[in-house]
Amino acid sequence: MSGEKRRGWIQFSALLIQNANFRGFFSGKIFQGDTKAVCVPGINCYSCPGAVGACPVGSLQTFLASRPVKFPYYVLGLLILFGTILGRAVCGFLCPFGFIQELIHKIPLPKKKIGSFPGDRALRKLKYAILLVMVILLPLAMDYTPTFCKYICPAGTLEGGIPLVLFGSSKLNFPAGTLFYTKLAVLILLFVLSLFLFRPFCKYLCPLGAFYGLFNRVSLYRMRPEPEKCTHCGACSAVCPMQVDPSATPNHTECIRCGRCTSACPAGALHLGFSRRAGAAEVQDGER
Amino acid sequence: MKESPDSADKKRPAVLPLFLLLAGAGLLLAGLLSGQAQDVLMKAVRVCLECIGVG
Repeated sequence: MSGEKRRGWIQFSALLIQNANFRGFFSGKIFQGDTKAVCVPGINCYSCPGAVGACPVGSLQTFLASRPVKFPYYVLGLLILFGTILGRAVCGFLCPFGFIQELIHKIPLPKKKIGSFPGDRALRKLKYAILLVMVILLPLAMDYTPTFCKYICPAGTLEGGIPLVLFGSSKLNFPAGTLFYTKLAVLILLFVLSLFLFRPFCKYLCPLGAFYGLFNRVSLYRMRPEPEKCTHCGACSAVCPMQVDPSATPNHTECIRCGRCTSACPAGALHLGFSRRAGAAEVQDGER
Repeated sequence: MKESPDSADKKRPAVLPLFLLLAGAGLLLAGLLSGQAQDVLMKAVRVCLECIGVG
């Protein structure tokens, strides 16, 4: 099985495992078991009828927006552990909303898909502003208001809003107002953009991707290139869906560890993994 | 390659991931001891009206 196919199966499994309360989709009720005390690594709304874990971004804002404000030891500790071990491999392998955008991006179009465009680099910084302002500062300033979830989060609209507002049981049938339809418009816009662009939410808006990206340079799961093997052919940067040049910046904040570059490299100069010596071992095996 | 991965790895302080792992584990433990897992559970078992766009 190719690396990309294997990653697809891991993403699909992660989506199913994090939303394993299948009955909830039929009953319109959310899961209430103890596993919901644990934050999942990626964006997955805890108001999704299928969710069996808690969303880390929603949980973080809950502590910051509570009065008196509680320092989010528990959520921050989990996020630092996820970040240090996996970095943005969480985005590439475990995030259900990222996987959904990738599936949409696979839909063939008559016109060529868009890679980079003018303003792309500047827009990538928007997610850091969202992390700082919408996830940290505004919840601290506004009582009991998780501002990112309330005004932006398309995962909440898709996984919680649509099932509960539109298809929920009469008990959970909430009135959908302007806010809901505004968020629905954001979701639809992101899905339309996903047809042309690879994971637009992850590139430009996701505060969790911004946080994990900061760990890419130090995470245990990382890219380990072998520069002496590199022929500077550019094959790695040509296939990168996040527009990173792995030969120059192998552990760039935008790299989601999809592994396409490692498969594309004709010289076998790029290696993804936990082991510091993984690359070296493969070289020796190849020479035997 | 502009930046040698080996040199990048060498430049990376080996203690930093260890420090982050310890810090993460310490924060997690502090959160567990102060009952924050229960706070997360309480939030997560109720429908979050803001999250779904009606609150």
